[in-house]
Parts: sequence; structure tokens; C-alpha cells
Amino acid sequence: MSQIHWETAWFYVFALLACGFALAVVFASSIVRMAFYLVLCLASTAGLFFLAGADFVGAMQLMIYVGGTLVLLIFGVMLTSQAQFVKMRTGSGELLIAFAIGAALFALLAGVAMNVPEWRSAEGAISASTPPHTATPLAMGLLGARVDRPLAPDAAGYLLVFEIVSVHLLVVLVGAAYLARAKRRRISHD
Amino acid sequence: MAEFFNYLLDCGAYALSGGRWSVAPDNLFGVVVTALVQVIILLHVIAVGALIFIWLERKVAGRIQDRLGPTRVGGKFGWLQTLADGIKLITKEDLMPAGADGFLFKAAPYVSMAAALAAYFALPFAGSPLPFVAQQLNVAAFFIVAVLGLEVFGVILAGYSSASKWALFGSMREAAQVVSYEVPLGLCAVVPVMLAGSMDLVVVGDTQRGLFTNWYLFHDPFTFVVFWVYFTCGTASVNRAPFDLAEAESELVAGFHTEYSGLRWSFFFMAEYGSMFTVSMLAAILFLGGWHGPLPVTEWLGMQADGWLEYSTSPGIAAYLCNLIGMTNVVLKAGLLVTVMMWARWTLPRLRIDQVMTTCLKYCTPIAAVMFVGAAVWQAALPRGLMLRTPLANIAASEPWQRGAEPVVQTSGIAVDKEAR
Repeated sequence: MSQIHWETAWFYVFALLACGFALAVVFASSIVRMAFYLVLCLASTAGLFFLAGADFVGAMQLMIYVGGTLVLLIFGVMLTSQAQFVKMRTGSGELLIAFAIGAALFALLAGVAMNVPEWRSAEGAISASTPPHTATPLAMGLLGARVDRPLAPDAAGYLLVFEIVSVHLLVVLVGAAYLARAKRRRISHD
Repeated sequence: MAEFFNYLLDCGAYALSGGRWSVAPDNLFGVVVTALVQVIILLHVIAVGALIFIWLERKVAGRIQDRLGPTRVGGKFGWLQTLADGIKLITKEDLMPAGADGFLFKAAPYVSMAAALAAYFALPFAGSPLPFVAQQLNVAAFFIVAVLGLEVFGVILAGYSSASKWALFGSMREAAQVVSYEVPLGLCAVVPVMLAGSMDLVVVGDTQRGLFTNWYLFHDPFTFVVFWVYFTCGTASVNRAPFDLAEAESELVAGFHTEYSGLRWSFFFMAEYGSMFTVSMLAAILFLGGWHGPLPVTEWLGMQADGWLEYSTSPGIAAYLCNLIGMTNVVLKAGLLVTVMMWARWTLPRLRIDQVMTTCLKYCTPIAAVMFVGAAVWQAALPRGLMLRTPLANIAASEPWQRGAEPVVQTSGIAVDKEAR
């Protein structure tokens, strides 16, 4: 029994859950059920992140993707639907095109992932038994200090990228508030 | 704990097979048994906690309204009232509206319950060196805030799948409310995290060791304000009165759970009481010193991990007792905060939905943001706080990139590392 690498077994469990729920999203007809399966699929992906020892990314996945799908569900589906329990029928042509695009993307990503030699060695594999320490190096990297590379003290951090993204998001927020503001009624003097 | 169970199995296998079989310490058996033990204990924290809190809620409501509350079932104080209610709920018929989406309608209570349970996995009940926590995440504070927001998903599913306008309105309100209140709640939770220099709740709790003046509540005037904002937002995000718009019985019958009955209905309430306790535990750990009592009695007795009693007795026993006392401390603090939530519920009238949104967007969020900046400036200018906190040895200095360097001594609450400079 000790020959089995249990992290791999858990990986297959979560990966199967994620793939199964992803298929369920495709084949469900009710929009809210689709969203429900999507949430479960994304949560299984978060489970994969936790399994890889990336606690911060896993919690981020829960916060942004699962929470974001929730908001999408509320405002995109519930507030705009004309009738209760909207059903969507997917045509076979659409299914075919989507399958072709999905298969092409999968082939590309799988090919890229298999071609990185560092990712194929057993030494580089981290698992749940490695203590997770992703948050601090990530945060320090965003502040410009690459503490994960102590041998290269001059390695570039991500401060500029971080600031650009932050300012961009701020601009988006201000723009959204501007678009959604209460319009002042124009007084006509005619 | 997994190693312990595997050790037991190893001993059993060794004895049975006469030395031919052995079990590795990282065998699946120990991992699964450990997980089961943790899940069962935490489920009971929620379920038994709900039993006690519902009884308490009735007593508090009774006293506030000049009544006695439950008095008969189970003797003098009506101890067993909730248990009797539970038996009644089990015997109720499990109804479902004819037009409902059956699968989602049945799944919704479990989604709420699972989200409420998930938060408990990262919630520590006592501190280092052997914290009472199922999974010690180094991003525990963030994880709990992220998972708390997921509970609303069950409510939305319940509201939508019930095929009832009351339920739909209730769940819409809840969704808008919870999504909005997550922002100030997160902003408030960030302040103690910033002061401790770690998102690990065990570290956050242990940096407040000592007299109650070391609690982050009394760190500076800004954190004092932040605590009350956090508590308000926590009350709102777990959908408690005066923010219980989702189940406003005066206008929406019973809101999102109008169509539910029996045990399914009770799952929503177990989840609600579980979340109330999570939010209160988080408040107790982040602001109220966690498992450290107002007076450092265990430190005087030398029961902490570095105390004399721990050294002079066999290792671990005094520290374990100290952890038990610490658990009592933090559970009492959280229970007190839950009682305050009940007090607010039976005292204040329910807000309107626009007032709820105004409270969040116009008051809580700006106050939390300003206090965040204030606490940061204060920490930079006066790192030892208002009460001149005693410097503590840094517990967080176990990051892999810090190994090899000499142990970093923490003077201000923010870990000073060499490589970052």
C-alpha cells in the first residue's frame, strides 16, 4: 500500500470532479443549474490548488471565481430573465464548433505543459505534504522583492505590473460609477 | 495526528503479522481517519453550538421582552427546549412546491451548510506550539472571509428554485447585502493582519499574548473603531437582525426559506448560527486577543510552551492544559459576541433595504478605509502601540526563504526580514 502516491490519487479525485462538473455545465439546459455546476467545478479547481500547497491561490479562486460566478448569476441571469426557469437549447452545430475550439485549445495547452522539462521531473513536484508558503513570497514579489530567489538579489519584482493593474482597476471602478450615476435632469428654459 | 493513527495501525499490523507488515507514517489510513475525526468534531461544534445558541436566543429574547423564555422542557431553565424542537422538526413532512426546480431546491440547504462548515477548518481554537486547528493555513484569515461569502450561494439557490416570489425577493436582497458587506468586512479584517504581519490566525492570536492591553482592540484608536465596524459588517454578512432583510417576515412571509420545512429548513439555521459563531470567533481572534485571557494567568503559572511548568513536567502536558484554557477563553469571548448579536436583534428594529445599503456603502466602507490608513500610519509612527506593548519574539519567522538567517526578533508586529531590505 505504501507504493501508492496518495497526492496523485487525490489529484485524480479533484480533477475528475472538476471535469465532471465542467461537462455538466455544457450539457445542463437550465441556466441556474449551469451556474451551480460551474461553481462546483471552480471549487474543485480550488481543491487542486490547495492540494498543490498553494493556499493563497486556492482561497483567491474561491473568493474571485466562485464569488464572481455568484454575482454573474445574480445580475446576469436572475435580474434579466423574462420568465422563471429559463431553458437554453444548444444546437448541434454550436456544440460541434465549441468542441473543435475546445479540443484545439486543449491540444495547445497540453502540448505546452508537456514540453517544459522542469515540470516533468519528480523533484520539482510540490504536494500537500510540503508546507504551504506561497502567500509571503507572492506578496513580497508584488512589492518588488523576490524573496523566493535569494541567490539572485537583483531579480526584478512585479511592483510596476502590480501598480499598473491597480490603477487600471481603479479607473474601471470610477468609470463604472460614472456610467451608473443618477443622471441630472436637464432644465429647459424654452 | 495522521502519523499517530498510522503508528497505531503499524503496531497492530506488526503484532498481527509477526513483524512482516508495516505501515508508513504517511499512509492514507491515518490521513482519512484524521480528516474524519476533524470533520465530526467540527460538525458537532456547529450542531451542538446551534442547539445552545437557539436556546440562548430564546432566553435572551424572553428577558429583553420581560418574559422568562423557555422554562419547562428539561428542568429549571428549559435546557432541552431546542432538542424538543429538533425532534419536532424531524417529524415534519418534507414539502416541496410543485413548480420548484427539485434538484436545486434539495441541494440548497446542503450548500449553505457546507460553506458554513468549510470556514471551521481554518479556524484555530488555541495557539502554538500545537494549535487546536484542523488545517493551519498561512492564509487562514483570507480563507475564512472568502468562504463566509459562499454561504449566500445556498440562499440564492433556495430563493430561485422555490418558484415563489417571496423566496426570490428574499434571496435577491440577501445577495446584494452579502456581496456589498464583504468589502468593508475584508477591509476591517486586514487591519489586525497588517499589525501582526501574518494572515495565519494562529500567529495573529499569539502576537496578542500578555495583558489585555496587548489586544489589537486597544492597539490604537483606529483599531478600536475598526472592531465595531467589523462587528457591524459581520452581523450584516451573516444576515442577522437588524440586517435580516432576506427573511423579513413582516413583508416577505419568511423570505428565502418560505417554502422549506422540517430538517431542510433547520439546515439553513444551523448554517446561520454556525456562521454567527465563525464571525464572532474571527472577531475574538483578530481583535480580542484570541485564546489569551484578559490577565495572563497561564503565563504566571508557567504553563505556556516556554514556561517553567512546561519545562519541569513531562513535555506537552502543561502546554496542552494551557491550550484547553485558551480554548475556553476564545469560545467564551465568541459566545459573548454572539450574545451581543442577539441583544442587538431583540433591541433594534429592522432596517429598510436602502438603509442597509447606505450603512454599508456610505458609512462602513469609508470608515473602514480611513481607519485602515490611520492604523497603518500609527503602526509606522508608534509601533509599540498606545499601551506600549512589550516586544514579542516573532512566531511567524518560519518561511522557507528565512531559514538559515538568524531568528528575526519582532518588535513592532511587522516581521522585519533582511532580504526584503
